[in-house]
Amino acid sequence: MRKILIVGATSTIAEQTARRFAANGDALFLTGRNEARLTAIADDLKVRGASTVATQVMDADDLKAHAPMIDAAEAALGGLDTVLIAYGTLPDQDSCTADPAAAVAAWHTNAVSVIALLTDIGNRFERQGHGTIAAISSVAGDRGRASNYVYGSAKAGLNAFLDGLRHRLFKAGVQVVTIRPGMVDTPMTADFDKGPLFASPEKVGADIHKAIEKGTAVCYTPGFWRLIMTVITSLPRAIFHRTGL
Amino acid sequence: MTAPSHPSWGRYPASQPARVQRPGARPSALPASDTPVLAYGNGRSYGDSCLNNDGMLLDMGSLDRFIAFDPATGVIECEAGVLLADILELVVPQGWFLPVTPGTQFVSVGGAIANDVHGKNHHVAGTFGCHVRELELLRSNGQTVVCTPEQNADLFAATVGGLGLTGLLTRATIALKRIEGPYMDVDTLRFANLDEFFDISAASDRDYEYTVAWVDCSARGTNLGRGWFMRANHKPALGQQPDPRKRGGPTFPFVTPVSMINPVTLRPLNTLYFRRKFKARSRDTQHYQPYFYPLDGIKHWNRAYGPNGFLQYQCVVPHADARTAVAELLERIAAAGAGSFLSVLKVFGDVQSPGLMSFPRPGVTLALDFPNRGRETFELLDALDDIVRAAGGAVYPAKDARMSAAAFREYFPNLERFQGFVDPAFSSNFWRRVTSTTTSPS
Repeated sequence: MRKILIVGATSTIAEQTARRFAANGDALFLTGRNEARLTAIADDLKVRGASTVATQVMDADDLKAHAPMIDAAEAALGGLDTVLIAYGTLPDQDSCTADPAAAVAAWHTNAVSVIALLTDIGNRFERQGHGTIAAISSVAGDRGRASNYVYGSAKAGLNAFLDGLRHRLFKAGVQVVTIRPGMVDTPMTADFDKGPLFASPEKVGADIHKAIEKGTAVCYTPGFWRLIMTVITSLPRAIFHRTGL
Repeated sequence: MTAPSHPSWGRYPASQPARVQRPGARPSALPASDTPVLAYGNGRSYGDSCLNNDGMLLDMGSLDRFIAFDPATGVIECEAGVLLADILELVVPQGWFLPVTPGTQFVSVGGAIANDVHGKNHHVAGTFGCHVRELELLRSNGQTVVCTPEQNADLFAATVGGLGLTGLLTRATIALKRIEGPYMDVDTLRFANLDEFFDISAASDRDYEYTVAWVDCSARGTNLGRGWFMRANHKPALGQQPDPRKRGGPTFPFVTPVSMINPVTLRPLNTLYFRRKFKARSRDTQHYQPYFYPLDGIKHWNRAYGPNGFLQYQCVVPHADARTAVAELLERIAAAGAGSFLSVLKVFGDVQSPGLMSFPRPGVTLALDFPNRGRETFELLDALDDIVRAAGGAVYPAKDARMSAAAFREYFPNLERFQGFVDPAFSSNFWRRVTSTTTSPS
């Protein structure tokens, strides 16, 4: 039985992943910004078989709230062995282009706050000598593109941080899982026209669950995104600059 | 090219909502809309009762959370978008089953209530609505109304079978049924004609919880109404058994350019199915999945009917004239060379549904698919309506895309009372059609 902290548990992808953990009888500590939604999700996960579900309202942008939240999660579940970082924002690229503050805010949520959280959690897991740390990044971090490079660069920073954390914690027996979803049909992408590349949150949740169970270092979900991103990252600039990606 | 979003299962008629909203969490009030609103569950209604052309659809698929389940009493509370498949997956391993299930598990709880669905156990268990303990409705006047058979009983009765028109159904509490395991004892008997069907049915209803028959809708003359009678009970515990769930079966990959079910294939398919077994009777043990949901094994099987889609016709005729009326219906269908190989006959029981507009009533029900061949299909269905109306029967709105307003009024004598409970903000293609005062050419 795992003892799992999910930060950003009201995200659709996190919820689908949590249902898999619940069906295995795992114990869960959920944080999110909206109390009513946290409660509804917690009730659902209890019915689905989770052995314990506790919740705490927290805005991950508030870095000072991190350590007390992790303490509370450890106290509620009697320790932690798995962490899933599932929150993030998809900022509007145009406002990030126009307004430096918007660009910095996007970085604060998608990179800075995650790095702060995982620094603390990484140290705790290193001391206890086991555990799995998973964070939802994005295929957007593989190459900066005009259409969303502020979001993409924050995820790229996160990717490099996770690579280094994995390298460092290898000796301690702690696994670090980088999850790179492609486009997923969630409220985050509600305004997009859905083409055939969009995956269901159920599929992505199942992939994430499997990656955490296996300790996969880098998980593209759905898997075909690994191929797409290989092509995009190897496009010569002369061609890449002419695309609308 | 984008496919129209949110079609009905029959893929007829074409319809495009002006706006689709997918609530992320259980809403506490209705979203503002200057066009009529309708909840869309999982799109398994065959006709146009789940469509809202130029209106607002609330896609309830995201409201798929359980709220509470007591494994000791089998009472489950969930959001309206939870699928019956989700409930089964959760409760069967804990010794519980749906009190009533239709022929697909891919319907939402909200849809099951709004259409007051029935199953092979209607003669003992009644409709789905008979097992609803409580439901919550959001009304456009800003009220949240909790309804039970006792509390706000009028609105409860209007909502069960109320086609989603009495407000937004957000959550419900259902009383499940105890089982010992996931397996069924199934007894299959061949019958040579309609008389034999009625005899077997009468002899089976007492000892079998589930009864249904497949009929060869292409057979005529002395073979009229021949088919297979399937009767079953839940099997007593077998101990631990593997669970061969079929949820991840193959998908019918595309809409075929013409219907695979057509006058050329109809008779051979039916005859082959009638002759599929050499023995006139067989007994076996089946997992509940293939027993209750044989078609769920192939996702999107509705695509086999080609680009024009299909119409399903399900009617019930009262016991008094049932033999003659069913014979007349079958003869008419066979003479037209129409129909499909998915034709089902069942005797309903007399368990009364709480639903004001519920379709099932004592009598015999016949359900068939018809590939949409345009005018000739619609004329045939109108002719079937004439037979059903003369017999004092009814046609099932959940499967209908074409009955006339006059026929609807005759089939549902509580219509006027029901109209008093319809929320003025809600409507559907079906509702606009059957309440229109102008007669439209059929």
